[in-house]
Amino acid sequence: MKTLLQVQDLCVSYGRTHIVEDVSFSLDEGQWLMLVGPNGAGKSTIVKAVMQDTEYSGDVLYRGKNVRGIRPGERARYIGALSQNYSVGFAYTVGEVVRLGRYAYGKGLFRSSAPDSHVENALRLTGMTELADHSVLQLSGGELQRTFLAQVFAQDPKILILDEPTNHLDLIYQKQVFSLITDWLRQPGRAAISVVHDLSLARAYGTEALLLDKGRIAAQGPVRKVLSSEYLDGVYGMDVCRWMGQMLGQWN
Amino acid sequence: MNLSMEAAVNNDKQKDRRRPGREGLSPLACTVFALVTVFTFVLCICLGSVNIPAGKIFSTFASAVSGSASADQTEYAILLTVRLPRVLCVALTGASLALSGAAMQGLLRNPLADGSTLGVSSGASLGAVIAMAFGAIVPGLPASGTMIMAMLSAFLSMMIIIVLAYKIDYSLSTNTIILIGIIYSMFMNSIISLILTMVPDKIKNITFWTMGSLAGSSMKNAAVLAAALLVCGTVILRYADELNAFSIDETNAANIGVSVKKVRLVILIMVSVLIGICVSTGGTIAFVGLVTPHIVRIITGPNHRKLLPAVLFTGAVFLMLADLLARMIFRPRELPIGVITSFVGAVVFVFIFYRSRSRRA
Repeated sequence: MKTLLQVQDLCVSYGRTHIVEDVSFSLDEGQWLMLVGPNGAGKSTIVKAVMQDTEYSGDVLYRGKNVRGIRPGERARYIGALSQNYSVGFAYTVGEVVRLGRYAYGKGLFRSSAPDSHVENALRLTGMTELADHSVLQLSGGELQRTFLAQVFAQDPKILILDEPTNHLDLIYQKQVFSLITDWLRQPGRAAISVVHDLSLARAYGTEALLLDKGRIAAQGPVRKVLSSEYLDGVYGMDVCRWMGQMLGQWN
Repeated sequence: MNLSMEAAVNNDKQKDRRRPGREGLSPLACTVFALVTVFTFVLCICLGSVNIPAGKIFSTFASAVSGSASADQTEYAILLTVRLPRVLCVALTGASLALSGAAMQGLLRNPLADGSTLGVSSGASLGAVIAMAFGAIVPGLPASGTMIMAMLSAFLSMMIIIVLAYKIDYSLSTNTIILIGIIYSMFMNSIISLILTMVPDKIKNITFWTMGSLAGSSMKNAAVLAAALLVCGTVILRYADELNAFSIDETNAANIGVSVKKVRLVILIMVSVLIGICVSTGGTIAFVGLVTPHIVRIITGPNHRKLLPAVLFTGAVFLMLADLLARMIFRPRELPIGVITSFVGAVVFVFIFYRSRSRRA
C-alpha cells in the first residue's frame, strides 16, 4: 500500500500555548484515519495544519512532497476538505456551489474549465441532482452539508479531510454522509481523515485511529485497538466502554 | 448509490453544458444590457438645460468626425466639449463604482459593503482634499497628485477598516462593518473639516467637490477613468470564480484551491484604485456600489460570472440617469449628483438592512 500523507513532528502553538506537540502519523491508500480525543485535544488544529490554514512547525508531506511548497490550486487536486458547518451569504444554486469544486482544474486567464461530468456525478452520488437549481438558502442543514460533500467529490481529491462533518446533522444524514464517504474510499488511490467526537461512528467506519490528549498522541494504530478501554479510559477520565455499553444497552 | 465516478466521466458532456451557472452572461443578455446603456447614453447627451434632438446630435457628431464645419457652433460646443466628456465620465464612474461595490460585497460576504458604507470613499476624499488644499504635486504629472493621494488613501482606509473589523469581530458581520464604516467616515470627515479651516480660500471649491459632481469633466478625465476601468475591471472580472468562492465561504474558498491572501490583496488594490480615481474626478458619489449590485442580483443571481459584467452596464446606466435628474430637476440650476444617489441609496440601504435582519430573525 502506498503512503499518501505523512505528518512529521507537527507542532502548533498560539502564543505561548502549545496546542499540538510532536504529532507524527502517516496515511496509506484506502485508510480512513479517525482523529479522536476530548475537546481541546488538538484534533481540528491538526486538520488546519494539513490544510495549511495555520502556522506550524514540522512537515506535512503528500507522496513525499512538502505540502508547504505546493500552490493552493495544485494542493486542492490532492487534498479536499469538508467542514462541520457552512453558512452561505448569497442565494447561489446547489449546482453553482458544486461546480466551484472544479475550480482547481480551470485553465487560462478566466479559469474556464473544460466540460466534464464530475459535477453531474457528484450531484447524483449525493442525491442532490433534483435540487441542483434550488437556492442553497432554502436547504436544510443536511442538504447543505450534502451540497458541500458533492462539491468536494467534484473536486476529486486523493485525500478527503473531514472536520466533524456530521456534527449538526440528524441520524439519517450522519449515516448517509458516512456511507457516501465509505463508497468514495473504495476507489483506488484514496484515503480519508476525520475529526470525530462520536466514538461509535469512529469505530464503525474508521480503519485507523489517532487518540489525542492535550495536543499529544495518546495512542495510534488500528481503530479497534486504539478505541478500547486500555487507552480511552485514561484520556477521557472515565470508563468509556462501560458507559457507551450502558447507553446502547438501553435500546435493547 | 454506486460510485462510478471515473467510469462516467466521459459519458455526458452534453449535459454538463446545461449545468446551472456554468457560463457568464448570455449573448442576448449582453446585447440587451449594451442597448439599454447606449440608449441611456444618447438620451443623456440629448437632454439638458438645452435640449438637442437626436437627429441634430448625429449630424453634429458626423460633421465632427468628418472634419466639416457645417455644424452649429453652439451645439457643437455643448455636445463635444461639455456633454460628451461629462456623460462619458458619469458612465465610467458609475460602472467603476458598481463593479467595486460588487467585488467588495463578494469578497467580504456582505451585501451592504460598499465604498461609502465602509468609509473607503471618505478615506479617498481625505487624500484628495489634502492634495487640493496643500497642492500635492507629483513631479512631471501636475494633475495626478489628487488621484494618487485619493488612491493611496483609499487603500490605506480599506486596510485599516478591514483589520479593525477582523480584530473586533472575526466574521466581519454586517453590524460590525456598518458601525466601523460610520465611525471611520465621521473620523475622516472631521479631519477634512479641520483641513478646510486651514485653507479658507479653498473652502467653497472643496466643499462642492465633496458633495460629488461631474460637471466640468474633460475628455482627459474620461480617458483616465477608461484606462483604470479597463485594467482594474479586467482583473476583477478575471477573479469572478474566486469572488464566488469568497462569497460562499472563505474557508471553503481555501479548500477548493483559491489563493486566499493573494486574491484578497489584488481585489482590494483594484477596488482602491477604482474608488480613488472616481473620488478624485467626481467627489464622493455615495451608494452606487451598494444599490447597483443589489438590483442586478435580482436579475442575474449572485454568480459573479454574470453579476460583474451586468453591474458594469447597470452602474453606468444608474449614474447616467442620476446625473440626468441632477441636471433636469431644477434646470438650469444643477444638483450635485451625490445628492440624487444618496437619496436613492439611503432608501435601498434601509430596505436591504431590514430584509437581512428580518431574514436572520
